[in-house]
Amino acid sequence: MGVKSRRRFLTVAGGLAAATLAPAPRAQIMRTPLNHMPAVIRRLVGVRSITKGRVKLDVPPLVENGHLVPLSVHVDSPMTAANHVKAIHVFTERNPLPEMVTFRLGPRAGRARVTTRVRLADTQNVVAIAELSDGSFWSDTTHVIVTLAACLEEAPV
Amino acid sequence: MNNVRIDVPKSAKRGEIIEIKTLVAHTMETGFRRTQLGKPIPRDIVTTFVCNYDGVEVFRAELYPSLSANPFIQFSTVATETGTLEFKWSGDNGFTASKTARIVVT
Repeated sequence: MGVKSRRRFLTVAGGLAAATLAPAPRAQIMRTPLNHMPAVIRRLVGVRSITKGRVKLDVPPLVENGHLVPLSVHVDSPMTAANHVKAIHVFTERNPLPEMVTFRLGPRAGRARVTTRVRLADTQNVVAIAELSDGSFWSDTTHVIVTLAACLEEAPV
Repeated sequence: MNNVRIDVPKSAKRGEIIEIKTLVAHTMETGFRRTQLGKPIPRDIVTTFVCNYDGVEVFRAELYPSLSANPFIQFSTVATETGTLEFKWSGDNGFTASKTARIVVT
């Protein structure tokens, strides 16, 4: 193969590769479908509204392994008998079930901070909702990119 | 029981907020997986965790399949009196586990 024809081959091959690769990736990513999270949250809060703020949901923005993701929620609250967090609910958008975990606490917790480890089936939003003693709801949402998903893989026979 | 790990301070000052770490050995089978032959694997998870302080419930968690295997939960409570903290887990197929810890409050 002469220099010229090799150059020609590379140009054509490069062009072909670019043509076949460029539009493909987005279409080939298999996304786990959205679950019924909005309906479950609606059932929890009823007609009351959810305000963004006071809640801090800490999840790493990028996780390699969806099987073990550290998750921590902190709610800004004095945790007194008159003004405390009653419950912290964590929801996911694309795991098979929207409910992730619910923590029930009260003034005896001293502070409203809980940590656990969760599974994430896909790149998605995680939502933490705090239910306060005055009946108000506060939330925080974090987007997490997951490179190895949990939940849906096959188990050994 | 050795399927449970807890971390509770041995002593604390009255009114101090103490951090408690708990872990229970459990596969947390989600119920959404299948074997390679396509047979669904039934759900087997821990569904409830409760912490009692001298018999009074101070913390509770409701768990779903989204929690990782060997569920780890870290939370806090106010050291009120010298007494006993009791940790109890329960779940599918009659699963139960428990452990107690003594705390001295000065």
